[in-house]
Amino acid sequence: MTSVIGLGHFLTVAAILFTIGVFGIFLNRKNIIIILMSVELILLAVNINLVAFSLHLNDLVGQVFALLILTVAAAEAAIGLAILVIFFRNRGSIAVDDVNTMRG
Amino acid sequence: MTLPLFFFYLFSAVVIASALMVIASRNAVHSVLFLILAFVNAAGIFMLAGAEFLALILIVVYVGAVAVLFLFVVMMLDVDFGQLRRGMLQFMPVGALVGIVLLLELLMVAGASYLVPEAAGTGALPIDQTVDNTRALGLVLYTRYIYLFQASGLILLVAMIGAIVLTLRHKPGVKRQDIGKQVARDKQSGLEIVKVQSGKGL
Repeated sequence: MTSVIGLGHFLTVAAILFTIGVFGIFLNRKNIIIILMSVELILLAVNINLVAFSLHLNDLVGQVFALLILTVAAAEAAIGLAILVIFFRNRGSIAVDDVNTMRG
Repeated sequence: MTLPLFFFYLFSAVVIASALMVIASRNAVHSVLFLILAFVNAAGIFMLAGAEFLALILIVVYVGAVAVLFLFVVMMLDVDFGQLRRGMLQFMPVGALVGIVLLLELLMVAGASYLVPEAAGTGALPIDQTVDNTRALGLVLYTRYIYLFQASGLILLVAMIGAIVLTLRHKPGVKRQDIGKQVARDKQSGLEIVKVQSGKGL
């Protein structure tokens, strides 16, 4: 199946989205919530890449893989936010600078 | 410009703009709402790419569950986000440098790569156009990829148990029902016969 939307279009959008995610981690280095959202953006970019290659290689495996990534991303968000909640409960702040409890 | 291409550009522009707003927004609640917008438009891109099931799953799982979870946490935690944003401009130059270098590298890879037309259809699972997307995914997910499917279920189970164990707490001083204690109570421990002298009381 030939698509009217070229592979390069998808790859460009995914690259820009990935870069925005990485840039967001640098920009909001103190705020864990925004960092988690940036990680979600990065995973979304990866999924767009997989779906684009699935379309252009006419192969369903990419979509299966994207589905599994979606599952892992949801689990990661749940665990990350749970850790965030107990961290806030113990320390009263979510600044990354305060995360030094495990340093010993 | 054909209609699918027009919608692709529309969805892509909104995705990128809202992703920028996610990381640049002053208020964390606005960030979450822009994240929802980004995911909805990414679902549109998936739909254009022919992955209908994934597009709808993206809306159900991300907009319905993950984004609401984010929103819940952002609103539950009483955090001074203005204070967290201090020093943001200080991180800007190195972040911008890394971002630009990364973007240029990715675009150079994407621009230089070239898909041989014969490669299409030689994959492990060629897409059958007569079978709709959801059915095709189900046909392979429960047979060929059953172990991966079970493993992802296990990951979700671990995540669920982990989140519950992490956030569950018993406040001291709250009276709770202890069934073991109730059942273990017998006549000796629960009943006392007192001789009351007349006119005195206890």
